[in-house]
Amino acid sequence: MGAPVSKPVKVLVSRHSRIVRITHWVNAIALFFLLLSGLQIFNAHPALYWGQRSDFAHPWLLTGAYEAGGQLHGVTRIGDAAFDTTGFLGASKERGIVVARGFPAWLTIPAQRYLALGRRWHFFFAWLFAINGAILMASALISGHLRRDLVPTGDQLRPTHVIAEVWHHLRLRFPKGEEARRYNVLQKSAYLGVVALLLPLMVLTGMTMSPSLDAMFPGLVDLFGGRQSARSIHFITASLIVLFFAVHMAMVVLSGTWNNIRSMITGRYAIEVPPPAAEPVGDAP
Amino acid sequence: MSLPRRAWLQGVGASLAAAALSGCNRVTEDPRIVKALASAEDLNRGVQRLFGRTALAREFGKADISPFFKPNGSIDPPDADYKAHAAAGFADWKLIVDGLVERPLALSLAELRALPARTQITRHDCVEGWSCIGEWTGAKMSAIAALAGLKPAAKHIVLYCADTLGGAKYYETLDLVDVLHPQTILAYDMNGAPLTTPHGAPIRLRAERYLGYKQAKYVMRLEAVESFAHIAGGQGGYWEDQGYDRFGGI
Repeated sequence: MGAPVSKPVKVLVSRHSRIVRITHWVNAIALFFLLLSGLQIFNAHPALYWGQRSDFAHPWLLTGAYEAGGQLHGVTRIGDAAFDTTGFLGASKERGIVVARGFPAWLTIPAQRYLALGRRWHFFFAWLFAINGAILMASALISGHLRRDLVPTGDQLRPTHVIAEVWHHLRLRFPKGEEARRYNVLQKSAYLGVVALLLPLMVLTGMTMSPSLDAMFPGLVDLFGGRQSARSIHFITASLIVLFFAVHMAMVVLSGTWNNIRSMITGRYAIEVPPPAAEPVGDAP
Repeated sequence: MSLPRRAWLQGVGASLAAAALSGCNRVTEDPRIVKALASAEDLNRGVQRLFGRTALAREFGKADISPFFKPNGSIDPPDADYKAHAAAGFADWKLIVDGLVERPLALSLAELRALPARTQITRHDCVEGWSCIGEWTGAKMSAIAALAGLKPAAKHIVLYCADTLGGAKYYETLDLVDVLHPQTILAYDMNGAPLTTPHGAPIRLRAERYLGYKQAKYVMRLEAVESFAHIAGGQGGYWEDQGYDRFGGI
């Protein structure tokens, strides 16, 4: 008979540094207010264009409203395709009455149309967001967090490994034991993509929409191909961050809600490791 | 689920949502909170004043000019004085320059056209989010300021406009750094032709590093002041009195 099967042991490992935890939550709060006040700002002219100037007849994205049969209908156009989005985009209820507005009242700060106030919220949290992001990036570079935890290692980047990782994720089987000590390649790619690409893109495209900053940094306008392009990229990047957030929330829940949340608050993350080696049983060779 | 119960739950849900929304609005519109948020405006202005006082807005080529330049705000001022001047082709119209100046002025359009001028093809960014590109020719504000001679106490220029919008007269204010900026002009021509009424005839401001609401149209009078706190809502402009930031550069 072999040794009795002993259960794996739970150990708490140090997962997130204090600076990562603080910047994570500041970032979450800032992004919440930025998104909702940003939708208020979008609503002031709910159409997007490419290039330097607005070609009003040809937005690539538009949330509009039209009246038919005594009722207001919301329509969303993407290129040549049009969708009826009454109740959500283009026309939705505000204080019980259907009105023309891009995004609905429950998604904007403030709820009713109030561009001036939306801008106040947006630019306050924009500073918090940019400073917080700069602190995180500087610390990630200096402390080695970027190289050690976020950049995928050579073995993780092998196609077979990536495919296996995707397959495991699809079956909701997440790394256990020693492998759970580090981020898997999908986590690393997602976090790195957000921290190093999407979040800086938000700041830079946001800056490009400012005529004052454009005068100071004309390269910004060239980088994004015009102010209207920058506005479009700002919107698309925000959408990608919302998409990341949705997947992020799903993964937090599916891979151990409380363990994940605790690790982002206290820094401690529980992993299961094999028990310490048992006394040898039977004859030694 | 029985219908009454469902209706009751829907009612509860709707009330909770309404309570959350009104609760949100109490927070998002609380004057103390809004005042704290507004502190970011000082940072925005500070960045420009520190690092880009003299930076020039991008100028474009003729090919970039918008085929249709959207006029916004007032497009046909209802004011009787204005209508009379417009009907007369602004023949007797004069731009008043007064306040904290050594030599108060009353300049006709011909006199304005004789002042040092500048032509620039620039991008107009509306606070709503859209942009149009147009060519502007006008008298340099720095030349007008030099002609009138600003007194040392003068800190801002108030631009009083002819148009009444939403029950209040339009006005704007500029800091001296912007008055003296080379691209700050009182434009009388747009795209090579005299300014039309929708775009602010006879003259409008172009201060190119700022949003559209700073580009006052139908300018009737310039006043050099030390403070604008006593004018209208005291915030330095028509839209500023309604909560928009006075900096207007972002």
